[in-house]
Amino acid sequence: MSTTKERFGLALIAIALIALPFVLASAGTAWVRITNFAVLFVLLSLGLNIVVGFAGLLDLGYVAFYAVGAYVYALLASPHFGLHLPFWVILPIGAAVACIAGVILGAPTLRLRGDYLAIVTLGFGEIVRIFMNNLSAPINLTNGPKGISRIDSFQIGPINFAGSDTFAGLVFSGPIKYYYLLMLVLLGVIVINRRLQDSRIGRAWVAIREDEIAAKASGINTRNIKLLAFAMGASFGGIAGGMFAAMQTFVSPESFVLNESIMVLSMVVLGGMGNIWGVIAGAVLLSFVPELLRYTVEPAQVALFGKLLIDPEVLRMLVFGAALVLTMRFRPAGLWPETRHRREMSENRA
Amino acid sequence: MDILLQQIINGLTTGSVYAVVALGYTMVYGVIQLINFAHGEVVMIGAMVAFSVISSLAGGGLPPLVIVLAGVIAAIPACMVMGYLLERAAYRPLRHAPRLAPLITAIGMSIILQHLALLVWGRNPLAFPQIIDNRVFAVGGAAISSVQIAIILLSLIMMAGLSWFVYRTRFGIAIRATAENVHVAGLMGINADRVIAATFVIGAGLGAVAGVMYGSYYGIAHYTMGFSLGLKAFSAAVLGGIGNIAGAMLGGILLGLVEALGTGYVGDLTNLCRWPGAGEGMGWMGERCADGAHFVLFGSNYQEVFAFLMLILVLVFRPSGLLGERVSERA
Repeated sequence: MSTTKERFGLALIAIALIALPFVLASAGTAWVRITNFAVLFVLLSLGLNIVVGFAGLLDLGYVAFYAVGAYVYALLASPHFGLHLPFWVILPIGAAVACIAGVILGAPTLRLRGDYLAIVTLGFGEIVRIFMNNLSAPINLTNGPKGISRIDSFQIGPINFAGSDTFAGLVFSGPIKYYYLLMLVLLGVIVINRRLQDSRIGRAWVAIREDEIAAKASGINTRNIKLLAFAMGASFGGIAGGMFAAMQTFVSPESFVLNESIMVLSMVVLGGMGNIWGVIAGAVLLSFVPELLRYTVEPAQVALFGKLLIDPEVLRMLVFGAALVLTMRFRPAGLWPETRHRREMSENRA
Repeated sequence: MDILLQQIINGLTTGSVYAVVALGYTMVYGVIQLINFAHGEVVMIGAMVAFSVISSLAGGGLPPLVIVLAGVIAAIPACMVMGYLLERAAYRPLRHAPRLAPLITAIGMSIILQHLALLVWGRNPLAFPQIIDNRVFAVGGAAISSVQIAIILLSLIMMAGLSWFVYRTRFGIAIRATAENVHVAGLMGINADRVIAATFVIGAGLGAVAGVMYGSYYGIAHYTMGFSLGLKAFSAAVLGGIGNIAGAMLGGILLGLVEALGTGYVGDLTNLCRWPGAGEGMGWMGERCADGAHFVLFGSNYQEVFAFLMLILVLVFRPSGLLGERVSERA
């Protein structure tokens, strides 16, 4: 694990990641923002990976927990209710509320088979969105489709994440500060994930994924362990949601549609369900697809046909759909599979 | 009283459409024990194809019935091909893979189909051309239109036809045998691949007609319509007992009724001002309810929620559905 060579490699990666935002900033702040969203999607994918990858429970409404986290942040730190709590109070609240939502969703459905779970979570995601859209009457809770705006940015002591600061001759713009914060959170999430994976709980998840009946026979309380996977995944979604709300300073139900859930699922599936590094790679890869399309396919279409034939957003969803189908068809364990999962997915079961 | 009757008529109409779509889910599930995730999208494409044909023929001087029939006749083979391709692309290659794999490919296919439809037909809903003289009949204080009558009758005919096919023909026996046990059915000389493909194709054909009915009832077809229709029809199939053909029909109609009645009455039921003790000047609530004001917790804008709530309740209290056999937790 910790040979000198590996340590050296890790140090190099760390330095590269620390220097990255300044390199990107020289190409334009927009690139830092795009990178931040990629990191946000990595966070989401790691959360979903616990549910889909580790425990093998297909969750198609994951974006609901992201939405819950975002709305908790929006309600507790915006002029909507006149509340302005600091972020280190709200993020845990958001994670806890999302966790409760996960348990509420999981409790009635987890004893059912996987495909039922998929449909129920799909419906749940929609329901959360419908509620956000309609809870503006009789009491204005969510401000309906108009969403909540003027959400507070993060504030640590004197440092506000909305503006720029100059430190040691370097200009730290808002997005750069968010980048470092996101990286810190990501590091924490990765550490938790690694520890979880090798823990008693993580091994129980894998056992359930591979054979639930055998897992039960081995003395695993499958219901509680599955519920735990749901709750954990949901909490990570909630944290990512809070970060999203603070970064955007605006949330509306529009941001939490089914397509977002599908996107996160594609990232987990493409990268390799259950493998943390694979999932990260999948999320980074697919996060940059829209940008890639914007810079290649759009000009190509204009050059060939003189106008935009295929809307890049449609193209993006087609890419995600194709990623799901083709990965399952040709590399069912993902591009960077976990060894154990590869064996499982290629096994021919009668 | 007439409102109740009206909601029942409306519920029967949408319910019979749900029932026909639910048949597609239930047949596939009965044979391979997997949910055909993209079935809603197939139904949507049926409606879109039919609407395109109807729009292009409208105003050509043909009788309206012939035009609608042409639309349906165009939609059925289109959907059947779609159902077949779906099975070949998303399900057959993964028949022996873990359950998660075909589910994921099916979700991928449904996303692809939805966005292909968006490319072909655009973002705006297609409107059903005003060619049918939609007569309205009065029934005991409520109204029923000729389109509603046609939808209910056509659904009943299709359900009867499918029952006859599954229970009275040789191929129907093959389908039921495969549903019972694929391997033993294979030993009896049944080509399981053909049977499985056939259930997808038949379900898609029924779905095509359902799509046209649904579209003509609401007057529009849209590339996203398959999602909620699919979710509701699946809920209907689960309610009736998935894998059970009679169950899908019963579940569809029940769900339509629950949805119509729920949407019709939820506003009144959750209007806190109507609750006993409310508008009697008791502090906060009294203020809100003064001058006959309303304080409605949930209005008819929660229509989409009913099917889902029903699904959750069924899964919690009777996962096997009304007519289904016990569903094992995991095979």
